[in-house]
Order: sequence, then C-alpha cells, then structure tokens
Amino acid sequence: MAVIETKNVHKTYNHAVVPVHAVVGVDLKIEKGEFTAIVGPSGSGKTTLLNMIGGLDKPTEGSVMVNNVDISSLSRNELIDFRLEHIGFVFQAYNLIPVLTARENVEFVMLLQKQSKEDRDSRVTALLEEVGLSDKTDKRPSELSGGQQQRVAVARALASKPDFVLADEPTANLDSKSAENLLDMMARLNQDEQMTFIFSTHDQRVIDKAKRVITLVDGRIDSDIVKE
Amino acid sequence: MILLIAWRNVWRNPLRSMLVITAVALGLWAGAFVMGYSIGIINQRLQTAIEKEVSHFQIHHPKFSEDFDPALVIPQGGVKLGHLRSDSYVKAVSPRVIAVGMAASAKQSAAARVFGVMPAREQSVTGLQDKVVEGEYFNDKKNRIIIGRKLADKLNVKLRSKVVLTFQNKDKDIVAGAFRVIGIYETTNPGYDEMNLFVKALDLGELLQVPGQFHEIAGLLHDPELVEPFADVLKAKYKESLTETWREVSPELGLMVDSFNQYIYIFMIIILLALSFGIVNTMLMAVLERVREIGMLMAVGMNRRKLFAMIFFETIMLVMVAAPVGLLLAFSTISYFGTQGMDISGMYSGHESLGFETFIYPKLEGIYYLRIMILVIITAVLASIYPAVTALKLNPVEAIRKI
Repeated sequence: MAVIETKNVHKTYNHAVVPVHAVVGVDLKIEKGEFTAIVGPSGSGKTTLLNMIGGLDKPTEGSVMVNNVDISSLSRNELIDFRLEHIGFVFQAYNLIPVLTARENVEFVMLLQKQSKEDRDSRVTALLEEVGLSDKTDKRPSELSGGQQQRVAVARALASKPDFVLADEPTANLDSKSAENLLDMMARLNQDEQMTFIFSTHDQRVIDKAKRVITLVDGRIDSDIVKE
Repeated sequence: MILLIAWRNVWRNPLRSMLVITAVALGLWAGAFVMGYSIGIINQRLQTAIEKEVSHFQIHHPKFSEDFDPALVIPQGGVKLGHLRSDSYVKAVSPRVIAVGMAASAKQSAAARVFGVMPAREQSVTGLQDKVVEGEYFNDKKNRIIIGRKLADKLNVKLRSKVVLTFQNKDKDIVAGAFRVIGIYETTNPGYDEMNLFVKALDLGELLQVPGQFHEIAGLLHDPELVEPFADVLKAKYKESLTETWREVSPELGLMVDSFNQYIYIFMIIILLALSFGIVNTMLMAVLERVREIGMLMAVGMNRRKLFAMIFFETIMLVMVAAPVGLLLAFSTISYFGTQGMDISGMYSGHESLGFETFIYPKLEGIYYLRIMILVIITAVLASIYPAVTALKLNPVEAIRKI
C-alpha cells in the first residue's frame, strides 16, 4: 500500500508578474519502507514537492494522499494535528529548540501528542541510544556538534512514530564524516524498522545510499529510478 | 513543557530581558510610590481638614447655614450635647456659638467668622490650643480673642491689641464687643487663618443674646469609618436639627478625595500603557528573530493554541519577574518614608498656602498593591496579544524554505 500518493499535483506561485510553475503535474507513489531521494537542480521544485507531501504547503491543483487521506483538503489546524501524528521532519539547519536539552527536544513532540511519562521516558532513551547520543542527553543544541544536532533532529522526527520522515537536505550542513554517519544511521533505521525516508537533496552521498531516486526538472518528474 | 520553554525563552537574551524587567520594575516603583505619595498628601489634608476644621459630623439648626442668623440656635442644644458626650462612639464634641461680622483694629477692618467656643472642648476636637504659636490659650478672663496669623497681619494687631467685633445679635440689632488678643494661631491653611477667630462661647453668647445656647456642635468619632452610619442615627434621632457628615459639610473635600483616587489610577494606567509598548516591542523582537523556530514548531505539530500560550506565558513571566521587584521597592520606600516622613517644604513654595502639609508621610494600603498587580497582569495579557498573533500568522513552510 502506498504511504504517499500524489495525483497530478501542480503548484503555481503568483507572487511575481509572471506565474512561477514550481511543480507541474507530478504523479508519485511512495510505498512503506522506501528510502527515496528526490533530486534535481536548484529551482526544480524538490522542496516545494516535499512541502506539499509534508502538509506544509497545499497544491494549486491535484491531491496529496497520505495513508489514503487527502491532506490537501485539510484545514490549517487539521494539518498541524495530522503532521504531529503522521509525519517526521528533519531540516537542513537542524532547527532544534535551543533552550531545551537533547532529551527535551526529542520528548517535546511526544508531549504534544500527550503520551504518558513512562512511554516518553523509555522511547526518548531508546531513540537517543539509537542515534548514538546516550551520553549527550542533557546537552543543549549549542553544546553539540552539527552532526550531533542532526542526530537529535532525526530522533525527534522518529519520536512521534510517524508514517514517514521527510528530510530536506539533511546533510547539507555536515562534514563528510558526520554526513556519512547520519546516512548510515538512517539507512539502518530504514532497514531494521522499515521506516520510510524521503530526502530532498543535492548530496551525491545521499543519492548513492537511496534505493530510489526521483529526478525533478522544471517541476516535472524527469526520471524515477529504483535501484536493484 | 510550554511553561518550561516560555521560562527559558525569557532568559534566552538575558540583557534584553533584564532591560525590560528593569524598565517595568522602575515604572511600577515610580508609579506605586507616586500613588503612595499622593495618598499620603491627600490623607493628611483630609485628616487635617476633618480633625482641625470640619470634624466628623456637625449639628446645626436646619436653616442656620443659609445666612448665619444668630437666632437660629440648635433646638435643645444643651441636651444634645449631653447625649453626645455620653455616647461611647463619640471621641469628643465641641459646642460653638457662631457669628459672622466685622473684625476691626485701630487701623484696619476685615470680614470674619467668630467662633465662640468652650476652650477645653474645642481643644479636644480641633486642638486649637496646639495651633497657638504666639501668646497663650484662653484663661479665666473675659473677652479674650485668639486670632489667625494671617488676619492678625491684615488687621495689623499683635498680642494684647484690641479688636472690636461687630455683628447682629439675635434681635437683628448691631452689637459690638471689644476683645483683647491673647493668642495668635496658625494652621497649615492660611485661608482658614484669615477668616476665622475664636472667643469664648460665654462672651459671644452674651453679645448675641443667646446665652447657654449653641449654633453648632462639632464632633469626632473614635472610628472614622463609622461616620456615615453614626450620622444616619443622629439624623433619625434629631429630626428638628440638621446633622451633616464631613462630606456634606465640605463636599469639596469628598470630591478632592474621589478625584485624587481617580487621578492616581489614571497615572498608573498611563505608566503601564507606556511600559506595555516596551513589552510589546521586546516580545515582537523575540518572535521575529525566532521565525524559523516558530515555523519549525508549527511544522512538527505544535498547534496555534499552544503557540499562542507559549508567547503569552513568555510575556506574563517577563512582567511577573519585574512586578514583584518594582512593588517590593515601592513597598520599602513607602514604608521608610511613611515612618520617617518626607520634607517637601523646599520643593514647593505655596504648597502650604493650599492647605497641604509640607511634611508628607506616603501611605499605600495592601489593596492598592493588589490592584496594581491586577493592572500589571492585564497589561501583560494585552501586551502579549500582538506578538502572539504575529507568531500565529507565520507560515510553517517558512521554516523549510529558509533552510
């Protein structure tokens, strides 16, 4: 069953004098457990497509189905709740809450979900161990390296037990070693827990790790390659 | 967690937060102190006016105050005086004979209101003896007069000078009496000193041909809070007389108190309004420099209600740190000066001529601190709305776009 299905998705921005067609008629199906990279040159529409899949933006035309729910028809408040329950996000700039510790950052999403303290404690401990930061739980983001912050961000994205994780250029701010470690960790989570990851990226290392690579050019799918 | 984030956000930029906290604390300190100072001034003025001039209540013939006709004495004044003297609620009473006429010296003359008093009783109500700054209080001798400093200067009289008082007696005949100045008094109200002079009730009663009768009985109660109900009882009991509270005798005093109470709140509201702009500015800066973070919070599932609450609590906490500091400072200074007093004689010339004391004892009761705190909370709530609404308007997609 497809976790994500887009049907004839268009996104047109009318801010400029001339309308900008960021995404043009994209039809896409992503199954559970995929490790997919959406690639393409700057301005090709990757981030816009990712935003629409993540319920952060709405298509001008067409529909985005997540677990058979047409999220393009949800209200702004419904979308917030939907994202909380179904989607994990990893951002290029980590975007952790600077005043919270690593542990609190991971726990935060679970608190929004009103999970019990026992569940939160055990899952946060397990996730921070999974991302290799058991010894950094009480550190604030400013006390962690970029790679470590991004690992906390991955743990946070997984904390809510989402259906899939959207990662927009997750390695862009990392050095090679940190990027490699992060990707290995994500690949392991994908392998062991069947967690679906969708990347928007330029990074060849991500593309190399991905099992499926979708290339966008001028808002259209140019190629869709599933690796053997 | 929302409260935790809000609290930590307050200290995220310690310098900026401390500036706002300091501004709010100083504003509240200044506002509360000025309130205490104003209340101190007005209370002292009121206390002086009541205890030294008007008294808590007065009894007259119902028509006496229309034209001060000497014939209009209090019906059964002596009996009433006896009742009041034995009333446990009454601290002191003073019966008075009153005449309005002319006071003349060898060189000048002036309009004057003459109070014929029983010296010991008058002392117990208005403390007239304590106000005598030159000469002495009444003794056994007849036709002695105590005159205000201002009137003495105007008539150009000194101790032992002779003053002739001229007025109508009960039968509308013009009568005059020569009085020798035995004392010169001075109050904080020169206007009062210029108009009023005191002789013994016996002397004045004889001149007016109303011996043993009174035109006025002024009284003080042990508990000033009971003035209104006590006056109601007297009004019901002495229907043939007119009983008035200090508010009715001097409505301008009541108006002054009410006006001051309004002014001090308006003053505090203006201070808080000014502070609220500073708070809004700070919180707006805090929101606008966290656009990405707020966008991220919305992206990962923080709903608008919680986001609003976060900014709201952040603002409340910022103000709530400042408010106790400001009010504590105010409490300390008001308590200190409330005991030690503030000498403002060098600051305002003419303050005294308006009837106000020059040594002020600021005073602010607990209820005022509570009201200020409520006003502060309202200010914080209102100040949080604009930054919080600004945060709500942010689009979560910004968080990702800015990557």
